[in-house]
Amino acid sequence: MTTTVPDGGTTQGARARRGGGGPATRRALRLDRRYLPVVGTFVVLALILVVGGMRYDNFLSVGVLANLFINNSFLIVLAVGMTFVILTGGIDLSVGAVLALSAVTAAYLLNAGMPAGVVIPLVVLVGSVIGLLVGAMVHVFEIQPFIATLAAMFFARGLCFLVAPESIPISEETFVALAGWDTWIGGQWRITSSVVIALVVVAVAFYLLHYTQFGRTVYAIGGGEQSARLMGLPVARTKVLVYVVSGTCAGIGGLLFAMYSRSGYSLTGVAMELDAIAAVVIGGTLLTGGTGFVLGSVLGVLVLGLIQTVITFEGTLSSWWTKIVIGGLLLVFVILQRVLTVRRT
Amino acid sequence: MTSSKDTARPIVEMTGISIEFPGVKALDGVDLRLFGGEVHALMGENGAGKSTLIKALTGVYGIDAGEILVGGAPHRFSGPGEAQGAGIATVYQEVNLCENLTVAENIMLGNEPRRFGAIDWRATRRRAAEHLATMGLDIDPASSLGSHSIAVQQLVAISRAMVVDAKVLILDEPTSSLDADEVARLFEVVRALRDQGVAILFVSHFIEQVYEISDRMTVLRNGGLVGEYRTAEISRGELVSRMIGRTMEVLEDLQVRTDHAVDPTAGTPFLQAVGLGRRGSVQPFDLDVHPGEVVGLAGLLGSGRTEVARLLAGADRADAGTLHVKGEPARLRNPRAAIDRDIAFSSEDRKAEGVVGDLTVRENIVLGLQAERGWLRRLPGKQVDEIVDRYITALGIRPANPDALLRNLSGGNQQKVLLARWLATAPELLILDEPTRGIDVGAKAEIQRLVADLASRGMGVVFISAELEEVLRLSHRIAVMRDRQKVAELTNGEAVGLDDVVELIASGGTH
Repeated sequence: MTTTVPDGGTTQGARARRGGGGPATRRALRLDRRYLPVVGTFVVLALILVVGGMRYDNFLSVGVLANLFINNSFLIVLAVGMTFVILTGGIDLSVGAVLALSAVTAAYLLNAGMPAGVVIPLVVLVGSVIGLLVGAMVHVFEIQPFIATLAAMFFARGLCFLVAPESIPISEETFVALAGWDTWIGGQWRITSSVVIALVVVAVAFYLLHYTQFGRTVYAIGGGEQSARLMGLPVARTKVLVYVVSGTCAGIGGLLFAMYSRSGYSLTGVAMELDAIAAVVIGGTLLTGGTGFVLGSVLGVLVLGLIQTVITFEGTLSSWWTKIVIGGLLLVFVILQRVLTVRRT
Repeated sequence: MTSSKDTARPIVEMTGISIEFPGVKALDGVDLRLFGGEVHALMGENGAGKSTLIKALTGVYGIDAGEILVGGAPHRFSGPGEAQGAGIATVYQEVNLCENLTVAENIMLGNEPRRFGAIDWRATRRRAAEHLATMGLDIDPASSLGSHSIAVQQLVAISRAMVVDAKVLILDEPTSSLDADEVARLFEVVRALRDQGVAILFVSHFIEQVYEISDRMTVLRNGGLVGEYRTAEISRGELVSRMIGRTMEVLEDLQVRTDHAVDPTAGTPFLQAVGLGRRGSVQPFDLDVHPGEVVGLAGLLGSGRTEVARLLAGADRADAGTLHVKGEPARLRNPRAAIDRDIAFSSEDRKAEGVVGDLTVRENIVLGLQAERGWLRRLPGKQVDEIVDRYITALGIRPANPDALLRNLSGGNQQKVLLARWLATAPELLILDEPTRGIDVGAKAEIQRLVADLASRGMGVVFISAELEEVLRLSHRIAVMRDRQKVAELTNGEAVGLDDVVELIASGGTH
């Protein structure tokens, strides 16, 4: 963040505005600004829905929307974890590989006859442990998050092949039953176990970020690490913990992916960390840290998913158009963020 | 009022504190006693060890020797969090709060009221509002901190300190970015806290303020203890000479007015701005600077002084008016263009826009010169040493070690290194934005003398300072800024006094 230079002029300006506006309008305006990027994401989402609904029949159906959540549940979980990291001003490149490792390990262990009740917590723990290692690297050895997580990415991807180079189908009964579980809300909206898990993760993340000291420290670190330290906040612990959160989310994401594909394959989730980062940024979180919301990241994932749906509905377009549109959108959002931060100072 | 307290036990008692950094002995056997219900001033030049002593007390630095007693019990804090837990709160010079969070959060962060384990936001805002009210601050706790002025942020920082029921409140240069009204308000708060029995440690370069607010003071010099005095029992002159280790007369000798005369109408000005301006930054203005002339910019913080300097130095691009250098039209698109025309600009934000903390003193000094020569033609090592030695001696940079890392130097010495860097490039125009801010008296006088000296040898200087006395003493001509507009220009002389300039700043003058 840029620092503000002490400035008598601004004070005078603020006083003048105070005279004109009245406290109520002032507060409303200010709150607007903080939520502005998220509102932007929401507008984009609504726009795609409206345009899609006008162009294609059946686009605005409950089925399409329900599938949006089902097909992207693992990405939602990844984006939630990534939000924690980016809020502190860091980045986590390892989540795609950790997701694959978790999925492959789950498939391997289930195939080897281990019960689902043991495998599920175990693979999530694998993610947490890798996150802890990354956090320790970032904190203790002061390695830049980019490098530390890059190393973790290669490490986890390599481990995948060590566990199993080929795709392993999952046939363990409990796991398949869990993966196949679904329910219909209002008889039309299909919700699978993956969606439920993803939404629980979102709810827990929201609670953590907004109602615990850990969460507020995450924001404080993003606002200024030195300041947070001098305010006596547990900066070190929090910085390690955000990577644990992200790793855990990647572990859960791997589980969801295994449930989604009923298999584990070491080449899944390549470049998925970039999708997660894109979702977080489109969801209105500043890459410099300190500003953003986990619900924004969920909106970001939905935007990405909807773009893919639109391309599918279009039929004639190659799927690479998804990347082109996402690239363009990402650029627009980053520029929007830039404009907002510049105007603030 | 303090006589009985001498017999009382101090809340904080530091004895024989020593701290060593690689190559620098930052503190050497320093004592400090803080009594409840007293404002204690910590005095000393830059580099005397004030900040280090504070950081030793708050647990930011570990101590190599000595003892810290808080409430009679020995303590060693491993971080600001622990110090806060023991009732020692600190408000730093650069307000160390988070601008991205709300005022309420900044006050309560880490101490939020909980309900069923979760942060109770309504109670948090209410408690924050109560703390703001005791400070006499009428702002919305839900507003974001970044939307408030530095002065308000400072009071918010104090509010935060009081949340933890601090028994000791450390104020590190709290007044350096405040105007007179804001200082008065801060002092009201400080006195109220003192009367509640809080021990306050006050660090400031403003000697008048120290005399106004403090009951007792400890003086440091070069990392060593000079002594502890009752404020009422030491005169200003004595204090200053204890701080700098020289007598007041020597100091006054240093504070020369620029005496060589410059005729502003003679010859072509080195730099001539006509209608130069930038939308949203500063209104179009005219300004000439002749060789050998010191042009002062006077005005309040935020009046547009810095903006003028940035336009003249090419740091910001003008969108109106013209600029002539040595009679030739010049468009300064970036600082490089200005440097090519022998214009050097020393920014007010030396940390962010000036020195490179991870390089040594030597590297910082030759940085500008080397950049000017081009990186492929390295300066010969012998020549570098010669230049560096010359400026270290001339400017009195301490420690006089060319290999010391710059970030280990005090603020004043960093400023001197920055100045040396520009002087090494032998500019024809030197633009100095607040070169003496946060610098002690001795160094201040040295920098002033240096400016006068440079001008007498033909260098043009644009001098910006919040201290009007300084501007008045050094400048041949003074441009007065107000509300981002140049409102007046006066030729300095015997007849011009401080009151005239203040009057112009206050009234806006008449063209």
